[in-house]
Amino acid sequence: MKNLWSKLATIDRRIIYLLVFIVVALPMIFRMIMPIRVSREVQMAFSEIDNLKPGSIVMISIDYDAASEPELQPMLIAILRHCFSKNIKVILLGHWALGLPLGEMALNQVAKEYNKKYGEDYVNLGYRPGYTALMVGIGKEIRDFFPTDYRGIPIDSFPFMRKVRNYQQIDVLVGLEAGATGDAWVQFAGARFNQKIILGTTGVIAPDMFPYLQAKQIAGLISGLQGAAEYETLLKKAGSAILGMPAQSFVHLLIIIFIIIGNIGYFILRKRR
Amino acid sequence: MILNIIGTWLAATLTLAIFSFLYKDNPFYKLAEHIYVGVSAGFWVIYVWAFDIKPMLIDRFLTTTGIEKWILLIPAILGVLMLTRWFPKTAWISRIPLSFTIGIGAGLGVTASIQGFLIPQIGATLLPLTTINNILLVIGVISTIIYFYFSKEFKGTWKFFSRLGIIFIMIAFGASFGYTVMARISLLIGRIYFLLHNFLNIIP
Repeated sequence: MKNLWSKLATIDRRIIYLLVFIVVALPMIFRMIMPIRVSREVQMAFSEIDNLKPGSIVMISIDYDAASEPELQPMLIAILRHCFSKNIKVILLGHWALGLPLGEMALNQVAKEYNKKYGEDYVNLGYRPGYTALMVGIGKEIRDFFPTDYRGIPIDSFPFMRKVRNYQQIDVLVGLEAGATGDAWVQFAGARFNQKIILGTTGVIAPDMFPYLQAKQIAGLISGLQGAAEYETLLKKAGSAILGMPAQSFVHLLIIIFIIIGNIGYFILRKRR
Repeated sequence: MILNIIGTWLAATLTLAIFSFLYKDNPFYKLAEHIYVGVSAGFWVIYVWAFDIKPMLIDRFLTTTGIEKWILLIPAILGVLMLTRWFPKTAWISRIPLSFTIGIGAGLGVTASIQGFLIPQIGATLLPLTTINNILLVIGVISTIIYFYFSKEFKGTWKFFSRLGIIFIMIAFGASFGYTVMARISLLIGRIYFLLHNFLNIIP
């Protein structure tokens, strides 16, 4: 028995990697689906967009890149589907240059599904550096920073953009965040201009965003792959997030088992020493 | 279509090359790592040119007139001065544009922290102690602040609350770590989903 615990204590870490890989892959291969409980903060975010009238404007900020794509891209796709299904206009911009192609890919994919046209139903403004100055500047006049869209077309050539001057014409701002830009949206656009904000965040930064929700500084919070799966559940349109959740649950179970075995082994070996 | 296939194969090959590090360090991993760094840097150069320097400086300079045109020279000169860092003898000049950047950052940061964080968060802590959640929140905030108050020796009630503060901090760390684990596993799920769905077509 002591031998077994000693062996476990020095187990090759690659065996653990292999087990994690198997536990992730199998639920996806067998297309397992698990029930998803919708949290209050995701319900709040969903309701905020759901209650908008057709023709309302949602601004989505792509503040992530490929490293956070698995968590935030399903959120973006679900939110775009939600907006386009309700004929809500979308303005896309981003503060992470490497993430903008991801936003463009999602726009192209979802616009095609709902037969939406560029310039009439959505625009992509692209990227500008210096996000704090930009957030304050949009409160005054969006054209100071984005006279053209990301293709270089003047934004006034798009009918719905002619009436957009600053935050007052933007009904909801959705920040998809993998870093500190979410804090800046809340502290500049939210606090200074009373912009209604929903944040979609990676799991890593989600705990830091809950104080904003508790203080009612944001109108909803979608956190991590779980949050994306909850949003997809509310939308009744399954995507990669719902498909990934069983794998997530099984890996969590595996990690808990590892922690328990590791601790039991540690105490047994320590006692014998 | 053919470009999509090439892109998927390339992405899958690079993903597997990165994953190969889990077995042990190898040239395939190193190659993928260097490609990532190089492509990212190249991407940044293109973006800064296409979304910043060209539309915000060059195009504006060519299309505007009067003071609006000439005021653009100030950020242009400051930007050029930043490049003096490359030369040791003139590196000190770059402190001028840096001081602007730091000044703007500090100015915006201070107002944002007070207006957008400190005051709303203090306001959200002033709660009626009528529910368990509110009581926990208020005690948690006060005891955590006490833990970080170093001008008084931790004895008696003060010590009790500072210890309580540590417990709240540890619970927060635990929640944060739990979320981090979830996030990292999500990334793995995303990559394996890509391999099984886009590359191998095993799952629809």
